Amino acid sequence: MTDLQLWTYGVVTATFVLYIAIAIWARAGTTGEFYVAGKGVHPIANGMATGADWMSAASFISMAGLIAFKGYDASVYLMGWTGGYVLLAMLLAPYLRKFGKFTVPEFIGERYYSQTARIVAVICLIVASITYVIGQMKGVGVAFGRFLEVEAETGVLFGMAIVFVYAVLGGMKGITYTQIAQYCVLIFAYTVPAVFISMNITGNPIPQLGLVSTMGDGSGTYMLDKLDQVVTELGFAAYTEQKGSTLNMVLLTLSLMIGTAGLPHVIIRFFTVPKVRDARASAGWALVFIAILYTTAPAVGSMARLNLMNTIQHGPVGEPTANLEIAKVPQWMTNWNTTGLLKWEDKNGDGRIQYYNDANETFAAKAEAFGWKGNEMTKVDRDIMVLANPEIANLPNWVIALVVAGGLAAALSTAAGLLLAISSAISHDLLKGVFMPNISEKNELMAGRIAMAGAIAVAGYLGMNPPGFAAQVVALAFGLAASSIFPALMMGIFNKRVNRTGAVLGMLTGLLTTLVYIFVYKGWFFIPGTANLPNTVDYWLFGIQPESFGAVGALINFVVAIVASKLTAPPPAHIQHLVEDVRVPKGAGVATGH
Amino acid sequence: MSNPAAAYWRENIRLVSILLVIWFVASYLFGIILVEPLNTIKIGGAGLGFWFAQQGSIYTFLILIFVYARKMNALDRKYDVHED
Repeated sequence: MTDLQLWTYGVVTATFVLYIAIAIWARAGTTGEFYVAGKGVHPIANGMATGADWMSAASFISMAGLIAFKGYDASVYLMGWTGGYVLLAMLLAPYLRKFGKFTVPEFIGERYYSQTARIVAVICLIVASITYVIGQMKGVGVAFGRFLEVEAETGVLFGMAIVFVYAVLGGMKGITYTQIAQYCVLIFAYTVPAVFISMNITGNPIPQLGLVSTMGDGSGTYMLDKLDQVVTELGFAAYTEQKGSTLNMVLLTLSLMIGTAGLPHVIIRFFTVPKVRDARASAGWALVFIAILYTTAPAVGSMARLNLMNTIQHGPVGEPTANLEIAKVPQWMTNWNTTGLLKWEDKNGDGRIQYYNDANETFAAKAEAFGWKGNEMTKVDRDIMVLANPEIANLPNWVIALVVAGGLAAALSTAAGLLLAISSAISHDLLKGVFMPNISEKNELMAGRIAMAGAIAVAGYLGMNPPGFAAQVVALAFGLAASSIFPALMMGIFNKRVNRTGAVLGMLTGLLTTLVYIFVYKGWFFIPGTANLPNTVDYWLFGIQPESFGAVGALINFVVAIVASKLTAPPPAHIQHLVEDVRVPKGAGVATGH
Repeated sequence: MSNPAAAYWRENIRLVSILLVIWFVASYLFGIILVEPLNTIKIGGAGLGFWFAQQGSIYTFLILIFVYARKMNALDRKYDVHED
């Protein structure tokens, strides 16, 4: 076993032992503990748990890679996935905490006095959460596969076993305290390499400042200017320049924000704090903990891109000896080449690698004059950037081991939160709410545990056999949350006049228009070959990409719900009183979950 | 409409509206719509628009939530609807 493997096994095992120890300490004895951790979580602790719950394998592994290759345009993810917390804090969290129940569909069902509304919400919740959890399980498999050199399947099985222990035993209580530990692991793992790399490149150890600093080589050039220069010299678009349309960027940011605020696994975290004022503060703390990673990511992305470009093109463009010799590729490139995520091909037979944008005609003509015969980096998977970063920067092995443990913590903590949202929707909303209203607390707790075990099995199976559309479905999760759940919750609090008919019609039209728009471009139910139009900017309605449509779906939902409610009878008096009661903090904690 | 519950709710809506205007300005306006003109102003190596899109908007969101939490707690006390 190599030194790196030893480190990786050591660090990963230590974190897993910690999670299990926490699980045994934080067992759940009641449905209240299982669903909402007994509503006794301190707002700062809940903020930390929310950070881990929210930051998934996508935030930890994929986001910096997206930023590295999209540059300024990737700002939509940075703003979209943080700005949603402002909406959550001011429009939903305190009021839903005051309502004081266990699940999101439960609020929708009671506020709109309708089992139909509750069931529509349950379906949206389950579809959004399942699609999300597949990605987490896949992330677990990849991390294990690359660094522990076991089969991805074995990795997923191992991840399932760990989640099983703390989620089934501890429910929300176990999940909360393991998420706090996982947050510490993941944020440490993310910031340590970032500090090293920022120090290496700019001489400034704080990545947020390194991003706007000059290069550490004494040239006096700003890092971002240098990066723009390096990429444009090779025919790529400038890093800091806007490429997409403004309308699409605005709508994508808005869809991600509304979707974030409407994702049930995030909302239910705010049911765990003792008071309404704790829910407000907790949203702020959650964003503090999330912002530490999200403000670091732009530095990681830009510096990783600069490192990658400089590794391959280490001298002036066009000079024959200025490109990386294939015989001398660094070890990290060989390692990632074996995973198939990084590939190169010596098209012009000069024994060196040329990495440039051959789709740029002006530059391609120049390249031909250099004797280059096309871009030779035939595959650079974006997802490897964060994982490969410490290797690219020659950081010590313990840092690489830490990054693996961090990636696993990010994936497992999000998976657990999603699985809890799914199992509580099944045992509390469907079983107790619809099919067996008289079920005893003890049996409901048992049902919750069985639903959790079932959800873990389904998630694990899908993680091992990811459907071909796994990458596409993130749009679906955010689209569903934005177009159906968020508007129903917000109107339930802010508009007393919206009634059962309006809410159900609004949710269904918002949901269906969003689904149809996604399916038209991405294939019906993501089945390949069934798309009606090519998924490119020329065919999008007003240049709106399918991922951006959630905001439009939400708007449709609002309009339909308000108009339909005006045309029908107002909600009964007791519902209006319920809304008035939810609007003031006084009396929270008296309302219980039963 | 002069009852205290309605007044409390009006003040709440007013506060949230002001904060959401700032939320919109920091992200959509500075980070996206006005990015190019703002980029002529520099914060170190980054254009101001670029900086707002990748850093400044997130810091603004943080401040907004804590201001909201503080002001709402004060409002709860003013109208005597706070907990315990």
